[in-house]
Amino acid sequence: MAEQARRAPRHRQWPAHLLLLLAAGAMVFPFVWQVLTAFKTVPESRAVPPVIVPSGWGFDAFGRFFESLPVGNLFVVSVGALVLRVAGQLLLASLAAYGFARFTFPGRDAIFALFLIMLMAPSQLFLIAQFNFMKDFALLDTLPAIALPGLFSAFGTFLLRQAFLAIPPEFEEAARLDGANSFQIFWKVMLPMTGPTLAALTLLTSLYSWNDLLWPLVVTSSKERMTLPVGLANLQGQYGTDYPTLMAGSMLVSLPLIVIFIALQRQFFAGIASSGLKG
Amino acid sequence: MTTITTGSGVARRRSRTPRKPSLIGLAYVAPALAGLLALYIVPLAGTFQLSLSETGPFGDSTFTGLDNYRRLAGDADFWLALRNSATYTAIVLLGIPIAVVLAALIHSVDRFNNLYRVLFFLPVVTLPVAVGMVWRYIYNGEFGILNQALGLVGIDGPNWVADPAVAIYAVSVVGIWTSLGTNIIILGAGLRGVPKELLEASSMDGAGPVRQFVSVTLPLLSPSIFFVLTLSIISSLQMFDLIYVMIGRGSTAESGAQTMVYRFFQQSFVEYDQGYGAANAIVLLTLIMIVTAVQFRLQRKWVFYG
Repeated sequence: MAEQARRAPRHRQWPAHLLLLLAAGAMVFPFVWQVLTAFKTVPESRAVPPVIVPSGWGFDAFGRFFESLPVGNLFVVSVGALVLRVAGQLLLASLAAYGFARFTFPGRDAIFALFLIMLMAPSQLFLIAQFNFMKDFALLDTLPAIALPGLFSAFGTFLLRQAFLAIPPEFEEAARLDGANSFQIFWKVMLPMTGPTLAALTLLTSLYSWNDLLWPLVVTSSKERMTLPVGLANLQGQYGTDYPTLMAGSMLVSLPLIVIFIALQRQFFAGIASSGLKG
Repeated sequence: MTTITTGSGVARRRSRTPRKPSLIGLAYVAPALAGLLALYIVPLAGTFQLSLSETGPFGDSTFTGLDNYRRLAGDADFWLALRNSATYTAIVLLGIPIAVVLAALIHSVDRFNNLYRVLFFLPVVTLPVAVGMVWRYIYNGEFGILNQALGLVGIDGPNWVADPAVAIYAVSVVGIWTSLGTNIIILGAGLRGVPKELLEASSMDGAGPVRQFVSVTLPLLSPSIFFVLTLSIISSLQMFDLIYVMIGRGSTAESGAQTMVYRFFQQSFVEYDQGYGAANAIVLLTLIMIVTAVQFRLQRKWVFYG
């Protein structure tokens, strides 16, 4: 392969592997330490000199995590907010993107620019007024409040617009001749053709939604209606010194996204490479 | 190419069948536009207005002109937060050369490339709250594994996240750790775009691997580096989660290590001083705009678009 022509022969690549392994070790160590600590007793987690391998592999710390937080409720809130945000964002962004890509209407380019500018500004700029909005509509401490601002995405609109622009108009013309109306063309012909973009967008939006802290922290207050990251952060306030419980909890809450990432790494990387990482 | 040089194939095809302006397009855009108005444009106006008002805890507000901004200028904590945000951003940017080297190393081997990418990317998909907790534990001054390891080589490590003088640096290192993965993926995509012919030509001219990297690869990689730099600055200036978990809420380091967004959060939602918080947010926006504009101006001097 031409690709390999300029690479060093395989047996001379070991210094590169050595450096990469060292760096990868530094990346992975905190995860290993987290897992080991989740199985330790509290005294073991605070021992000097350190206890590396826990004396037993019991699930005590996991039990304490489930006792101290309504994990089931928070899981439902986190998943609900994620589903609402992803589904809503895909729908709204693809509709808008199709409108921008395929139609001319008065003020189109100005409105598109407004989309990009508004949604790329730092989120803190809108936070107070968005909070007051949720308060005025009595939405504080509800699922819609957590998901609503994230339904709108410049990034998603932009990416999908690019995807629509890349589709030759012949497809729409053929569908139109077959008697499909505008919305049918969008829904049945065009949208399915943006599959890879929708997939990348789904993954990245899920990541932001699952991991987000600041906004859910601001709009939720009761213990059962928070998202998992907010609950976990609060737990630290109460159980600041019970590291096995904190490690067990942080490991469990991170796990779903890590598993999805490992299963769908190529789609993640494609999304990141095309866009960077910013909600 | 014909006389039309502006558009892609799509644009040219579309220009053959010009569409009449219609309101159907607006109907597609309308739902998103309504949300944009209600949740972004109106709130933006609200934030500006709030920043010019003195607000009470019960939503009452009176117009006070630029008072909040004057208060900011004389607020030592504001300047400290600004400095901490700048320090954090500067240190996270030091991670970019590391990411360039790691991306180049991954690109230079032909086995396990994907495994390395996955390992470096793990912190990116991990809950920031969880990342903060693990590192807070590792950094613990008394029984944290870092200081115990340093003790083995005779170094008496500080109390990393409880000491206000050190905490922001300790958090910044975690910032590098969490941003490497994204940067490596973007830079890796850039490296794959470097034409092989150029590298082969430079080899034939006798350039060694290091010379080749510096003289051929780096200039061609500069657009990716610029992209990574822009993303890193914007996200670092907005960092909140790590500070909140690692040093926030009553830690002894809180007063010394708070950043712009942490202070904004405290003012707006803990002390309910919305007007002051809004002024803080406007300053943050201005800062991000200035830094981004300066960057785009400077890029002409070093970014190479071949």
